[in-house]
Order: sequence, then C-alpha cells, then structure tokens
Amino acid sequence: MEIFLFQFLNFDIMRQAWPIIFGGAQMTLLLCLAVIPLGLAGGLVVATGSISHSRALRLVTKAYVDFFRAVPPLVLLIVIYSGLPFAGIRMTPFTAVCIAFLLNASSFYGEIFRAGIESVGKGQWEAARSTGLTWVQTYRHVVLPQASRNVLPDLVSNTVEVIKLTSIASVVSFTELLYAADMARSVTYNTSPIVLAAFLYLIVLWPIVRLVSRLEHRLGH
Amino acid sequence: MSALLDVRGLRKSFGTTEILRGIDFSVAARELVFIIGPSGSGKSTMLRCCNRLEEPTAGQVVVDGVDLMAPGTDINAMRRQIGMVFQAFNLYPHMTALGNVTLALRKVLGKSREEAEAIGLAALDRVGLKEKAPSYPSELSGGQQQRVAIARALALEPKIMLFDEPTSALDPELVGAVLGVMRDLKAAGMTMVVVSHEMRFARDAADRIVFMADGEILEQGTPAEIFGDPQHPRTRDFVGELSR
Repeated sequence: MEIFLFQFLNFDIMRQAWPIIFGGAQMTLLLCLAVIPLGLAGGLVVATGSISHSRALRLVTKAYVDFFRAVPPLVLLIVIYSGLPFAGIRMTPFTAVCIAFLLNASSFYGEIFRAGIESVGKGQWEAARSTGLTWVQTYRHVVLPQASRNVLPDLVSNTVEVIKLTSIASVVSFTELLYAADMARSVTYNTSPIVLAAFLYLIVLWPIVRLVSRLEHRLGH
Repeated sequence: MSALLDVRGLRKSFGTTEILRGIDFSVAARELVFIIGPSGSGKSTMLRCCNRLEEPTAGQVVVDGVDLMAPGTDINAMRRQIGMVFQAFNLYPHMTALGNVTLALRKVLGKSREEAEAIGLAALDRVGLKEKAPSYPSELSGGQQQRVAIARALALEPKIMLFDEPTSALDPELVGAVLGVMRDLKAAGMTMVVVSHEMRFARDAADRIVFMADGEILEQGTPAEIFGDPQHPRTRDFVGELSR
C-alpha cells in the first residue's frame, strides 16, 4: 500500500511537477482552442459538400470522410510530421497536429452535421425558399440552427473525443499535458505526475460528459 | 383583364411517371380559384410548379407578366411575390412566431429589425395572432401555426397566394379560423389559388372551381356550375361522391 501511494499518489512529487504540468495543461488548452474550431469548420464544409446537388462533389466528400475516418489519427500525425519532410515539407509540431486534427476531426464532425442536416425536413427548405430566401440563406438561418441543435449531444460527445485525442501530440514532442507529465515522470522515476495529468483530464471532461447525458435525455435520444 | 398567373402547356414527370400532362390555366387578379380533384390527380404538383418549388418538365408559368422559366428570371425575387402556405405549416421551430414572419423581411428585403417587426406584427394582427408574436410554434395549436404561416407569406405583400391543402392537417374545430383568415384575404382583394378538400368553403368563397384528374384539367366553372351541373363524367363522379 505504501509503495502504491508513494508511486502513484505522491503529493510531494506532484507539487514539484506542478509547474511543468500546468504549462502542459495550458498547451493542451491552446491546442483545443485551435483544433476544435478547425474541426467544426472543416466538418461544416464536409457536411455541406455531402448534401451538394453535384454528384461529383458528394462522391469526393464521401471518399474524404471514409478515408480520414478509417486512418488512425496517430498514423496520420506521424505521416504529416515525420513523413512529409522527406518530400521537402517541414512544419512545426503545432502545425502538424493542427493539420492532422483538421483532417480527422472534420470527417467525424462532418458526418454528425450531415445527420443533423438530414434530420431537418424538406418542408423547412421549401417554406424558406418560397419566401425568396436563397439556398445559402435558407441553409444558414433555417436549416443549420435546427440541424446543430438536433445533433448537439453528438457534437459535444465528439468534442470530448477530440480533447482526449490531443494527447497524441506528445509523439511529435509537442509539450502538451501528457508530454509534460511524462517528462516529469521520467525525471522523477515516479508515476504520480501521470496520475495528476489524468486527474486534470478527468475534472475537465467529466462535467462535459455529464452534460452530454443531460442533453441526450432532454432531446429524447 | 390580363391574367396574374398564366400557366401554359405545363408538364411534369417524375422519372417515367407523368404527373401533369399539359395544363393550361390562368388566374385573374383578385380571383379565388379552387382546385379540386381526386388524390393523385396532380393538384399539389401543379401548385408547386407555380413558384418552381417543383421544376416543370415543360411549359410556361407566367406571374404578373414575368416568365418564371425564362433563363434571366430571378426566381428568388419572384417567389417573394408568390406567397405559399403548406399543408404541414412548415414554421421554423427554432424561431418565435414573429421571428418566422420577419426572417424573409430582414434577409431578403434587407429591412432593419424594427421595420421588419412592425410589418411582422401587422401581418400577425391580420391573422388575429398579434399577441402570439413571442410564442414558439410548439406552443401554438395547429390552426394558430397555420395562421402564422399565412402571416409569414402575407408580410412580403405577395401579389398572389398559393394554398396547398391548408386545412388538411388540422383538427376539425381548428379549420374555421384558418378559413376565416382566407375569407378576409379574399375580401381584401388577394388573388388566391387553393388546393383543398373544403368543399363547403369552395362552394361559397370561390370564384371558380377547377377540376383535375390524372394530371389534366377536365372541367372548370363557377361553383354553381361545377357542383350543380357538372359536365364531365369524372367530375360528376367526384362531386357525387362528396355529396353522398
């Protein structure tokens, strides 16, 4: 028991590791602030393509979504960060992570948005178009607000996945929460910094997970 | 008198199925034309071709002198002048009654919020629902929702209004108020084309009845002619069915 406490819940070590872990948490936050909007915006573009009148555009979108949903995000990130330099394309870890997440998250968000858009009845389009609204105005003011609301639990739920997934940035030496905690672990030969990082993830994500449950309940899923 | 709505040689096919087989029909200003006929006769499709919600396969639709099918025609600009009321109301559930009525005023006509709300409230007042302006569609009865939908179309000051089975989705006790609003519109001189099964209303409010079957107009005339002395055997069957 004592060994367990010393190894996993060593508050002295946690206290010492705190500055570096706090720094990592800030970087994780920064990463989230970049990749979640990127993913949502990309997802919206993908969803719009998937309901396009152009068959070619729909096929391209479908291929994109299938491909990036099937490729593991870690593989994608390593290809971008470590593979592309062989083609003369170099970038910072942050940029590489942003690109990988844009490709991965936009395909997942895109499918969610598409489901939401399809849940809005044809009558809504017709009513709006019959008052002279253009396709774009109808999409923006009538369809998207309803679509997003209908799939809000899925959007939030996917966002939780994205936040957790930011930890893969550690493999390209981006000093986010997990990387920072692991650094502290390797210096102290103690697992407590990792436990602290896990705890930070938990206190941020647990309320969001609860929120998803409540939203699902309210929308009668 | 020149026609406000003029439909010539209108055809519409879905795949290989021909729904409309050459419709010629026109509506004069201030006229209330009722379109009746058995289900599947193409009444709604014809109505929906009149603002190109349904794309005609062939033919011409002219509204107030403008050919809707002509390449240079701005269909969005024309649709403002053609109000449409749907069977399922199709109110925007995420907006209040006033929001529903003002959306097109603001986004299409570019009116300020204050201006749009003033026009919107006046439109809601015309259908007797001014006090429901802040209510969401889910808080309104079917009849009230349909009246808001009428106000939404009215707010744009259309030259003609198309009604696609406006009372079919309503409980019987709610039909009266909607028909009342339509009667008021008629009295105010609105040009209207109505697809409906409300035969009593057709009989005493319509200027003209058009009978359709199998994608064609078989007969048209005044309510007295159509209900009192139908000429075509299909019309006789249909009218006979109703009065039984």
